Amino acid sequence: MKKKLLSLIMVGAMVLSMTACGQSGNTGSGNTGSGASGNGALTGTLKLGVIGPLTGGAAIYGNAVANGAKIAVDEINAEATGFTIELQAQDDEHDAEKSVNAYHQLQDWGVQAIAGTVTTTPCIAVSAEANSDRVFMLTPSASAVAVTEGKDNVFQLCFADPNQGSASAQYIFDNKLATKVAIIYNNADAYSTGIYQTFKAKATELGLEVVSETTFTDDTTDFSVQVGDAQSNGADLVFLPIYYTPASLILQQAASAGYEPKFFGVDGMDGILTIEGFDTSLAEGVMLLTPFSADATDDLTKNFVAKYNENYGEVPSQFAADGYDCAYAIKAALEFYAAKNGGLDVTDMSSADLCEILISVFTDPDFSADGVTGLGMVWDANGQVNKQPKAVVIKDGVYVGM
Amino acid sequence: MFSFKKASGLSKKAFINYAIVIVFYLVFQILVSTGNITSALKGQLIPITCYMIMAVSLNLVVGISGELSLGHAGFMSVGAFTAVIISSAMGNASNPARLFVSILVGAILAGIAGFLIGIPVLRLNGDYLAIVTLAFGEIIKNILNCLYVGIDEKGLHFAFNNPDALGMDPLGKVLINGPMGAVGISKIATFTGAVILLLVVLIIIQNLVNSRTGRAIMAIRDNRIAAESMGISPMKYKMLAFTISAAMAGSAGAVYALNYSTLVPKKFDFNTSILVLVFVVLGGIGNMTGSLIAAGILVVLPELLRKFSDYRMLVYAIVLILVMLVTNNEKLKGRMDIFAKKVRMKISKGGKKK
Repeated sequence: MKKKLLSLIMVGAMVLSMTACGQSGNTGSGNTGSGASGNGALTGTLKLGVIGPLTGGAAIYGNAVANGAKIAVDEINAEATGFTIELQAQDDEHDAEKSVNAYHQLQDWGVQAIAGTVTTTPCIAVSAEANSDRVFMLTPSASAVAVTEGKDNVFQLCFADPNQGSASAQYIFDNKLATKVAIIYNNADAYSTGIYQTFKAKATELGLEVVSETTFTDDTTDFSVQVGDAQSNGADLVFLPIYYTPASLILQQAASAGYEPKFFGVDGMDGILTIEGFDTSLAEGVMLLTPFSADATDDLTKNFVAKYNENYGEVPSQFAADGYDCAYAIKAALEFYAAKNGGLDVTDMSSADLCEILISVFTDPDFSADGVTGLGMVWDANGQVNKQPKAVVIKDGVYVGM
Repeated sequence: MFSFKKASGLSKKAFINYAIVIVFYLVFQILVSTGNITSALKGQLIPITCYMIMAVSLNLVVGISGELSLGHAGFMSVGAFTAVIISSAMGNASNPARLFVSILVGAILAGIAGFLIGIPVLRLNGDYLAIVTLAFGEIIKNILNCLYVGIDEKGLHFAFNNPDALGMDPLGKVLINGPMGAVGISKIATFTGAVILLLVVLIIIQNLVNSRTGRAIMAIRDNRIAAESMGISPMKYKMLAFTISAAMAGSAGAVYALNYSTLVPKKFDFNTSILVLVFVVLGGIGNMTGSLIAAGILVVLPELLRKFSDYRMLVYAIVLILVMLVTNNEKLKGRMDIFAKKVRMKISKGGKKK
């Protein structure tokens, strides 16, 4: 009885505290504000939300995106053009349910546009919510087709999975990297299976010989069977459409088995050099397809890499670059609209109005954004981005463009 | 813990549970309709209700039947993926009808899964049983990881481990794509529907516990040999509790699935099973009211702790430990007993006042 009483009191207190929050929660309404400042200038404060795994197994991605976006926002705010961005990053632990919760938290804060979510499955769940609520989303790295399919308000800054898989196969074929290919993929993961399916289809079409296909699940730590199968079938290239944690184990176990094929990864492999305790010499010669390489010599990349290094003490991964570009792409789109319509003040604009503006700009054939992950990025009506993929290879512990 | 001398108080207890659920529903329904609720909390209402159903259904096995089950999320996933298939297959029907049939079929299939798994599992005891349920939970997850289901004009297509074997029309839609799970689920779950289901589940469980069957189940829990000598078949009654519990977990899974537009088998792993077990243990084993409240609070808590950012889950863990310590502290218990008595006296003096 007493336990129940205490619990009831606690419930009561909690309900009260939450409803109290509810009154202060502001979703932003009225005031479309266009033309407020004249002269085609963009002014006001934009509330930009980032959703991603800041803790848990995929935390490297979420933190990289959040850090990258933070750098972009700091730069934009430092320019003092009258336009500022307020940034808030929420954790979703790479889980769809938590991600929807994080999204609602951002809504209570009054978010106007979202740069997220970082990982695929949560993004599908959140994008469905954002679609019915009319909140603009630009995902830095959720690559499945289902993220944007049928949702006009969701755009991708990264390549969609089919593009990644088929572009990898095309790249391997064009550069004659291998004749016999082995694939090791995670059949308990949407991202990995998605790329595998498109890679396989494209490889078959091009006549690349796939000699070994092996799978693993999230809990796997022993890859001797998969590595052994690739080795005994004489594969000279192993395609790893997987995240970096299992990839690091595969590299270790292949090295100890004395098997030295070429390894080819996709963007999930990015981050392998930042794993604590991982011998980076094992990753020597690993190739991956990614839109970003930190050693590029253009000013944009140099500036970004220097700042990231200064603030966070590491070389930014592709995810950090994606986060950085997301903030700039949204700013560019708003500027584009402001220039066309004689100014725009985004302060307190409702997320739904902003969503319509951003959709119209992103689907505008004249609009293109430049960033560290590509110059002249353009989007199609499906929300997929068009930009040039780059392949990088790991040399002396850093990513080097090929 | 339930004991026999308290049996007369059971109906009152049961009433309290219905009252809690109805108050919970009315309060939040009013808050939602007047717009005085954070969208964070509003978005969690359905998952909270699902976890409440999960908690009371697991409490039937852990508390009433006395068997530790670590694979409850497996049954939830059976219900969830069944609901995805059923709701898509009856695309033209009205939403409440689709929700109802999805829950029903989800519960039936999860119940069948529970029955089949119960046959080997319930032959074991104690720790062995717990470990085997854990294994079956993982097996269900991995089977779903290999399952491909598609739908086209000819109907449903099933394939195992190979999406190409679906043999669908080009116009067909893949409903469940192995580890990629289901995407584009139509979100037809409603808070009202979820609460009605919770009430139905509570009615079933509380009437079961109060019945001859329930007493037989508890007798087996308390002393198997004595119960057997009275002519009670342990296997039959344990199986009954286990199957009903699995079916209810399936129904919770069905509502859960239809509240999100995507669903992956990975969600229903060991951690989810343990999460539900934590609700049951913290709420008090065998105590349905406790399960309801613990599930409600512990689902909302991580969201309320977001202001601690990176230390969120650390604080969550500390809160769990504190709750454990406080609820088991004899001194505190004594003080609260006195407090509760005072309150009760006041209530009885105050006449009919609640």
